[in-house]
Amino acid sequence: MSDQASPVGAAAVQKKQTRPGPGRIIRDSILEGNTVTVTVLAIFTAFVVGGLLNAFTNTTVLHAWGNLFSDPGHAIATAWDTAVGAYIEMFEGSIFNPHTVSALFQQASFSAAIHDGYLSAVFYPLSETCVQATPLILAGLAVALPYQAGLFNIGAQSQIIGGMIFATYLGYGVSLPVVVHVVVCVIGGFVGGAFMGWLVGELKARTGAHEVIVTIMLNYVMIYLLAYLLSFPYLMQAPHSSNEISAAIAGNAHLPLLFGSHLRINAGFLVALACALAIWWLLSRTTTGFEFRSIGKNPSAARVAGMNVERTWVLVMLIAGGLAGLAGATVIQGTDFTVNFQSYGTYGIDAITVALLGLGRPLGVVLAGLLFGALHAGAPLMQAVTGTPVDMVEVLQAVIVLFVAAPPLIRAIYRLRAASAGGVGGVMSKGWNA
Amino acid sequence: MTIAGNVLTDQALVNEAPVSTFRRWLAPATFVAFGLIDIFVLGGYSHKGDATFAFSQPFAKVTVPNLQLAAAATCYVCGGISIALALARAFAPLSKLMRRVTIGLVLFLLVLALLCWADAGQTTAFNIVNLLQGTLGQSIPIMLGALTGVICSRSGVINVAIEGQLLLGAFTAAIVATVTGSLWLGLVCGALAGSLVGVLLAVFAIGYRVDQVVLGVVLNTLVLGLTGYLFDGLMVPYQNTLNSPATFSAIKIPLLGDIPIIGPIFFDATIFLYLTYLALAGVQVGLFSTRWGLRTRAIGEHPIAADTVGINVIAMRYRNVIAAGLIAGVGGAYFTIGSVGAFGADMTSGEGYIALAAMIFGRYTPIGAISAALLFGFTTQLQSIMSTLNTPIQSNLLLALPYAITIIVLAGLVGKVRGPRAEGIPYIKS
Repeated sequence: MSDQASPVGAAAVQKKQTRPGPGRIIRDSILEGNTVTVTVLAIFTAFVVGGLLNAFTNTTVLHAWGNLFSDPGHAIATAWDTAVGAYIEMFEGSIFNPHTVSALFQQASFSAAIHDGYLSAVFYPLSETCVQATPLILAGLAVALPYQAGLFNIGAQSQIIGGMIFATYLGYGVSLPVVVHVVVCVIGGFVGGAFMGWLVGELKARTGAHEVIVTIMLNYVMIYLLAYLLSFPYLMQAPHSSNEISAAIAGNAHLPLLFGSHLRINAGFLVALACALAIWWLLSRTTTGFEFRSIGKNPSAARVAGMNVERTWVLVMLIAGGLAGLAGATVIQGTDFTVNFQSYGTYGIDAITVALLGLGRPLGVVLAGLLFGALHAGAPLMQAVTGTPVDMVEVLQAVIVLFVAAPPLIRAIYRLRAASAGGVGGVMSKGWNA
Repeated sequence: MTIAGNVLTDQALVNEAPVSTFRRWLAPATFVAFGLIDIFVLGGYSHKGDATFAFSQPFAKVTVPNLQLAAAATCYVCGGISIALALARAFAPLSKLMRRVTIGLVLFLLVLALLCWADAGQTTAFNIVNLLQGTLGQSIPIMLGALTGVICSRSGVINVAIEGQLLLGAFTAAIVATVTGSLWLGLVCGALAGSLVGVLLAVFAIGYRVDQVVLGVVLNTLVLGLTGYLFDGLMVPYQNTLNSPATFSAIKIPLLGDIPIIGPIFFDATIFLYLTYLALAGVQVGLFSTRWGLRTRAIGEHPIAADTVGINVIAMRYRNVIAAGLIAGVGGAYFTIGSVGAFGADMTSGEGYIALAAMIFGRYTPIGAISAALLFGFTTQLQSIMSTLNTPIQSNLLLALPYAITIIVLAGLVGKVRGPRAEGIPYIKS
């Protein structure tokens, strides 16, 4: 992140100097491969790569390829249908499904249709996208914030689990009035995650133990700790259960649904957006945020300038851990209501790709979280209808991020000109000895 | 040139962070803590009776008599020695080598006390040979992965993608060995698969200068998704034709394999263990006694200086990263054609990250990395044996032990490990 001169800013400067027409500016910014162009092209390219992968490995298509010479048209058509079909299902599962709209208009009365949930069905895919995006945004922030301060948080998973344990325990272990209970559980989730993050920061500041190793190890420690807690009824296992699952949290601790009982979108999504806003404010409008970024850019200069590098590391990791803990809390309180081994999923690793796609900035993280949330929301329908394994999502995520991280590659593929005023350098390396 | 130069001096300044008295007392304090655990936890709670240790496998040509130790007493002695070592560490001026020896001793005493506690009052003897043999087996992919990491780091490239290299190696070896029916071809292709991930790492890290830690994680996600996708889509429907490879059988080396204790541990294993010996020797000698090694260390420490004397930094980094991938690929192949046969989704389960930790632990030296990898393998194997011994510790806590010990050892005893100066910083030729 060595050059912060954004191409948008560059275009604005150019406008002042030469006053070209607005059409010219738009054309130039596209051809010069600015951040938006590169990101869009990277996503497009990743989908092409995923489609090719799908077309060349699907078993029906492979049979058709076998008859390539006798019936080449059929082979190519099958390949196309498979690749595009999977994406159509993914789209219908995550954004918009036309069948739901036609079903809505076939109802006799509009108000009855709303009451019967036909209107909700139209918005169901979008709601699922937001539900999936909520923990991705929060965990993505938990990676992006330390990244701005020069730390690598590979341990969002451990912090998510920490938050989940606290939120779940407070959810079923205590009984509190309506609003208070939700708030207490969410704060508990923050504290649980923050503790894990603080541990990492404190160890780095005091002993020099590298945060990458400590966070990786803590991921495993927390997975087994959760397994341990869920193995005994006197710890967290649900009473009279032989499975490793906790008791369900109280109804008072559920995050309120935003648009009625048919849609799962809940207040957790608002929490995620609020956190993104708060982190943006922290990073760009406060002294603390300035310290974070200074230490991220050049720790020795920051030290010379009188900043307490060690204390800042601890603070950054504490906040980051808290954000990841919130991600865990929103999953438990918003959709799952109990904690088990499926609860933490792959959020910890996905968070890293989200943060990277978002270029470490809060707004970017929100957009990246929504994109990957959409992929996650659409994947089950894709697998159910077309048989394309959901692992396709991981492939797409990784390929998107690889392309986004290397703008010169995208520019070379699409023959874009290099950005005139420095442009985006992608994600620049800074080594890990700092 | 100036950019890279500035970064280097910055690193130098950062590395001289204040050394607190906290740091000085940390190692002795950790020693004392381990000693107290020996005495009060393990000694205090051990069953009455002796712990019996066996040193030979059934049907061995030469047998070694069993060793009987009074469990509680041994724990007390172990704890006493640990605390004595803590005093020595705190007050006596010890050389660097002696300081490392004390770390090794304290860990050994902790393990001995743990074993006494676990086996006290049991009717079956605790077989040390099985433990150590299993340790080497468990450690093979970690050792090979860590050696890959050492070469990459020494060349100035952080390799977090070891996990991906192992996983793709395992996948490729399984599929090639099944389709062609040749284990050797499977091994070679597994190695090449590791190298393929190395190519991606090199192109993006060296060519496009992408942040290497993040890049490694992304490559791991890519390989995880790709192998998971192909496993669900192709391997599960066509299990018999795509995913049922044979496995290498153990080769016992004549004479050496019959030596009591040492023989079955070191000289009666699959080809993978012998390849690991070769890789260790090769990397150790290569790095520290050949022209290639000198140049590799030069481009990792001070690429500008290396460039000045005519070494092509970029090309050499490409070559080293891609070639090092071969070693991790072999380590990956061990998962399938070296031990269990069929491939399973995410079957490396994070061992590549452990290998990364082992490399840093081992202070970026081949021998150190191998020792750390063996420590991991040992704790994993210890856990699997202890879970059969009816110890009162819950198995999930035992499973967490290797990782928790890593954190404690890293924070309490090792502290800040200084890597090659230019590690992770792309070289920009001016």
